[in-house]
Amino acid sequence: MAMLEVKDIHKSFGACDVLKGISFTMEQHETKVIIGTSGTGKSTLLKCINQIEPPDKGQVWLEGEEITNPSTDINKIRQKIGFVFQDFNLFNHLTALKNVSIGLEKVKKMEKEKARERAMKELVRVGLEKQVNQYPAQLSGGQKQRVGIARALAMDPSIILFDEPTSALDPELIGDVLEVMKSLAGKVAMLVVTHEMGFARNVADEIIFMEGGVIVEKGPPKQMFQNPKIERTKQFLGKISTLYGEE
Amino acid sequence: MAVDILVNSFPQLMKGLAVTIALTLSSVFIASILAILMAVGRCYSRQPIPFLILIYERVFRGIPLLVIFILLYFGLAQAGIIIDVFMAAVIGLALHSTAYQIQIFRCAINSIPEGQFTAARSLGMSNFQAMRHIIIPQMLRLSIPSWSNEFTIVLKDTSITIAIGVVDLMRQGRYVIVREPSSALYILLFIALLYFILVFSINRGLNYLEKKYKISGLEVNITR
Repeated sequence: MAMLEVKDIHKSFGACDVLKGISFTMEQHETKVIIGTSGTGKSTLLKCINQIEPPDKGQVWLEGEEITNPSTDINKIRQKIGFVFQDFNLFNHLTALKNVSIGLEKVKKMEKEKARERAMKELVRVGLEKQVNQYPAQLSGGQKQRVGIARALAMDPSIILFDEPTSALDPELIGDVLEVMKSLAGKVAMLVVTHEMGFARNVADEIIFMEGGVIVEKGPPKQMFQNPKIERTKQFLGKISTLYGEE
Repeated sequence: MAVDILVNSFPQLMKGLAVTIALTLSSVFIASILAILMAVGRCYSRQPIPFLILIYERVFRGIPLLVIFILLYFGLAQAGIIIDVFMAAVIGLALHSTAYQIQIFRCAINSIPEGQFTAARSLGMSNFQAMRHIIIPQMLRLSIPSWSNEFTIVLKDTSITIAIGVVDLMRQGRYVIVREPSSALYILLFIALLYFILVFSINRGLNYLEKKYKISGLEVNITR
């Protein structure tokens, strides 16, 4: 059985159908990258998975549990699904360390000292041991996003959803964040919405190309980049590669 | 001569001052709690709750405080509901101030990026936990400057309770003046000075709190 199973997800906002039946599965420690033009529902899909935007139709299963079922304790499930946001969404009144440890303390009910140690470990892992006592407003964009990743990692999630984690960063800082994400590949499952084709090509186990609320094509990076089956995929990848540069 | 009268009436005025402070503290306390709950209700609950809170706000910001006092004390008495005059004053001040404080807290909540609430929920926090650990702490810090303003307004508004007969600083002053009409000016000036000192120290105190609990990088009172 797959670790994550997304079955026929539909979501609309008013008259606008954003997702029109999305299905895919993910195995443990797998990395999948979702690509596609803006407004095709990639972010909405991620929010449907952790039920921040519950889907109108369809099911999401995580480790054999149906999380779209209203009777599941969603707060418990969300501990297993990390989320990294495009605009970081750090807690402004807390230091980097506290941002990472608050979930452990308040949600996992871990002891303060233990939570602190664990948070420290995660911040070291993302290369921020010098910034632990700084507040979000004192950090650069790349540092903020690495705190965001550490915050997700600390909860020991089965999967982390990344919603365009580098889109708000300048090119120099993108590298630091991608480095951290690369180092996680194979250790925790990652579902990444991104326009970073280099990351998609080198790190992803599978690329999912979405457009108009459906999955147009999916496959391993090699096949997707060199030999896509569908003409539209070829067109999109050709365009985006020239725009964002290939590695 | 005037000094003698001031010295002699000093204990009496201090008694009045104590009542003024008690009135202020209890009504600000009640109003702040009500206002925080209602501000959260206005921002985060489903209709019709925000609408009802809006009506409350409009009504109590639309009625003069003096009218509220008289309604609570004399008006309700006619309907057979008799409240102690101090209670009537506290309720009136609290209801009135709540309506204003809702706005203060609501503005503070609205200035916290919405994504932080989503992030808290994504970590597995319940709505209540996200409120308690993420939204409310930031809201409180952001609202200190406007809240301290409201605090001093309530303090000064307590002097209006003279109309329904609360024996606060203002009324004790009146008693002294009735006894010694010739020194009315000095006594009134002394009372004004007492109010001023109180307001001044509250502002200083809250200013200190504001600096102490500032959110780093989000200071509200950067000198421009």
